[in-house]
Amino acid sequence: MSLWKLYVMFLKIGSLMIGGGYSMLPLLIRELVERHKIITEDELTDYMAVAQCTPGVIAINTATFVGYKVRRVPGAIIATLGVITVPMILIVLIAAALKPLMQYEIVGHIFAGIRLAVCALITASVYKLFKKSVVNATTFALFILAFLFVAVGGVSPVFVVLGAAIVGILWGGLKKC
Amino acid sequence: MLNVLKTLALLFFEFFKTGLFAVGGGLATVPFIRDMGAAYGWITEAELANIIAIAESTPGPIGVNAATYVGYTVGGIPGAILATVGLVTPSVIIIVLIAKAIKKYADSYLVKSLFTSLRPAAIGLITAAGFSLLLTALGVKADFLRFTFSADWMTLLKLGIYAVFTFFAFWKKTSKIHPLFFILTGGAIGAILSL
Repeated sequence: MSLWKLYVMFLKIGSLMIGGGYSMLPLLIRELVERHKIITEDELTDYMAVAQCTPGVIAINTATFVGYKVRRVPGAIIATLGVITVPMILIVLIAAALKPLMQYEIVGHIFAGIRLAVCALITASVYKLFKKSVVNATTFALFILAFLFVAVGGVSPVFVVLGAAIVGILWGGLKKC
Repeated sequence: MLNVLKTLALLFFEFFKTGLFAVGGGLATVPFIRDMGAAYGWITEAELANIIAIAESTPGPIGVNAATYVGYTVGGIPGAILATVGLVTPSVIIIVLIAKAIKKYADSYLVKSLFTSLRPAAIGLITAAGFSLLLTALGVKADFLRFTFSADWMTLLKLGIYAVFTFFAFWKKTSKIHPLFFILTGGAIGAILSL
């Protein structure tokens, strides 16, 4: 597959996915597995699992994975650029359009209402994540500590992630001994 | 000119850091962007909530949308490009490195244990960011270290609206409805009630 075709394919995926993360899975299956037959569905599931565990945006990680498989490093870069092209143009247009609108009082009220809806959506997604990953006393302790460090202590999220990584490695090492 | 270049370099660096440390996708970038807002005054909490709303209603990964928005607000089109490229660069590097050893990587005992502890912490971070967004959305000012707290009557009304939205976001019959619908309804309610 040519780099140009790879770019166009991920351009399409990037412009059709709304909401991020797993919303791209059905799109990926249709484009990569069924239409272009670049990878199998099993491979795609593996990639998504790793993409979810590695740092960064899941969609970008998955695109990099598939791009790398097809055309090595240039493929990885091209696939990633493909995913971000359309969202970037759209967001710049929206941000530019919103700036002059923000001076109207009604726009302020509209966004005040939107913020409440967004908080409700965040509450629901956080609960889903919580149920999946906070499964025992240890994981609950990590959750609470991370929350308190940031919400009350004002610690940078970077240090919390590093701290949790150290705990995970030590814990894994200890259990194995 | 020098200041502009400094801001652009800082944008790239800060979003590179976000791409490197945000684990779990979707909302995982939010705590880091909030941290940037606090450190550099690039965006307020209210703007961050607006960005999430826009990111959830437009195509593309939420993290990418948020990076582009913040980058554009701070540094125009060059800012939008640098912030977004900064965010995705660590992904490309890390994935290319592990793509060669994918099987070994995914099955490694230490890696599994690492992510068992990273995920709950990442959720704790997102919860903290969501909580502070909620306080802003409700119009509550709170300082937990000093135990101060202030709110007005509007807060009660907003809390009620948030509670109703949360109910529908959880209720099986309505939880699958597209986020865009929630966002549009929120906007309409905000306009009608002059929130």
